[in-house]
Amino acid sequence: MTALAPAVPRLQNVGRVTQARVIVSEWTKLHSLRSTRWSLFVAVVLTIGLPAIFAAVTSSHWGHMSPHERANRHPLDIALAGVNLSQLAVGVLGVLVITGEYATGMIRASFTAVPRRLPVLWAKIVVFAIVSFVLMLPSTLAAFWVSQAILDKHHILQTSLSAHGVLRSVAGGAVYLMLFGVFCMALGAIVRNTAGGIAAFVALFFVIPPLLNVFPTSWQNAINPWIPNSAFRAIFQLTHGAHSLSPAGGLAVSLGYVAFAVGVAAVLLVRRDT
Amino acid sequence: MIEAKSLTKDYGDKRAVDGLSFTVQPGVVTGFLGPNGSGKSTTMRLILGLDRATSGDVTVNGKHYRDHKAPLHEVGALLEARSVHTGRSAYYHLLALAQTHGVGRKRVDELIDLVGLHEVARKRAGKFSLGMGQRLGIATALLGDPHTLLLDEPVNGLDPEGIHWIRNLLKGLAAEGRAVFVSSHLMSEMAVTADHLIVIGRGKLIADTSVEEFVRRASGAIVRVRSPQATRLRELVLGPDVTVKSDEPGLLEISGASTETVGDLAAANGIVLHELTLLQASLEEAFMELTRDDVEFRADVAA
Repeated sequence: MTALAPAVPRLQNVGRVTQARVIVSEWTKLHSLRSTRWSLFVAVVLTIGLPAIFAAVTSSHWGHMSPHERANRHPLDIALAGVNLSQLAVGVLGVLVITGEYATGMIRASFTAVPRRLPVLWAKIVVFAIVSFVLMLPSTLAAFWVSQAILDKHHILQTSLSAHGVLRSVAGGAVYLMLFGVFCMALGAIVRNTAGGIAAFVALFFVIPPLLNVFPTSWQNAINPWIPNSAFRAIFQLTHGAHSLSPAGGLAVSLGYVAFAVGVAAVLLVRRDT
Repeated sequence: MIEAKSLTKDYGDKRAVDGLSFTVQPGVVTGFLGPNGSGKSTTMRLILGLDRATSGDVTVNGKHYRDHKAPLHEVGALLEARSVHTGRSAYYHLLALAQTHGVGRKRVDELIDLVGLHEVARKRAGKFSLGMGQRLGIATALLGDPHTLLLDEPVNGLDPEGIHWIRNLLKGLAAEGRAVFVSSHLMSEMAVTADHLIVIGRGKLIADTSVEEFVRRASGAIVRVRSPQATRLRELVLGPDVTVKSDEPGLLEISGASTETVGDLAAANGIVLHELTLLQASLEEAFMELTRDDVEFRADVAA
């Protein structure tokens, strides 16, 4: 470190801020954090690993199961079991992508570079959605093949991607994780605090739904399909009953929830002091 | 160039910045001086549009900061509170910000070398010392080759060598024709760095003046004379506007007369002088004098 300050080198080509450039910048931000790489690695491992374990356990216990128990086992429930756990890693990452910037003060640097602010939010959503889908789709497919391969050895619970609705469900698992992550990111942008963001999505998706059981059944049947947890999960269900949404319906309602949360986040992002 | 007009910011019922108007000119270092909590950082956030003004207006190079197409080319900012993700390396921090303006890796490497962070550029910024953090902040501010620099307490946490480095850097940037706006609560620092001063207290403008003028206004200059014929000189120099104080034999402290007047008078009367010095109140003293009533938290009540 020299005491004499050298002249600052001049910069020849300064470009204007564009949405595409902000997306490149957000990609750099995402992949340059260890926490991001770990969260995504954990999500991939859980998505593939859990179905493999469940398939092995089911196979080894198959001989001791009652016909009723066997009839209740479905190959897709096993193949997509990992989604239930990996969504926690994806949700936490979604929150952190935003709240990590507020916690460290990075958000001030981000908004100084892009003072219109909204391009930052759009870029974060685009990058996160693409990265999570590109990683999760192969993961759910791998989970399907791995669990089927294990079950195949015992000649039980066989299905194929060409069977009705199976490919849609497996791909739906990846779509679910992606949309869930984006929704959590919007929650993070609204509360601007890591603990608060995580508490918000855990409450909304995991704590509140069981509480609805205190209501009369007729109420439950009317409310349940529409709450975020049920609507999002409908995306990757193979079959749906009278009191749940179809996959397309679930996707539509989920997109509505995501759009609403992102809309609130966008309005607050522009209005609030940083 | 930064122009603030009646800039006001309230947080709840607390007024942090109160009707502030000033101009920061290109080509000079403008010091932004005020006690802690006087509204310096808030003013800087208002300039950058990070906070929204309650009333009034501030523009940078003729436009609101947010309306610039290439903001980092207009203003380079170092904010007092650290603005770096602790988990990211200095290199990727700079790269991510550079990429928003289509600026590449070469520029990032240049600046890392310039601020002397080459060896630690790939380490997580959270592990940086305060001084290294400030150097990273300076690199961030210079990334877009900005016309205007906005630096909030840049010497905080730097070692003497680093402070010297920053001073030269700021003077060099101003000499290149850039507007340099530096806040500090250290008057002594501003005395050697700044050409012009904007002084605030409790969010209000106290002074907008050159450094010399500021010191002169706050306290009259004193001429110190050492002479074997001090008693005689004293009689000669005394007048309606001139007062003389003497603490020891042969030493006079004259206020109300310039060094020229005293020197000429001594020569004309054949008086031998051993010393003739202009004593200026330090900027520190001048500052204390001017902001005496505007310091939010006063120590002398408790002391």
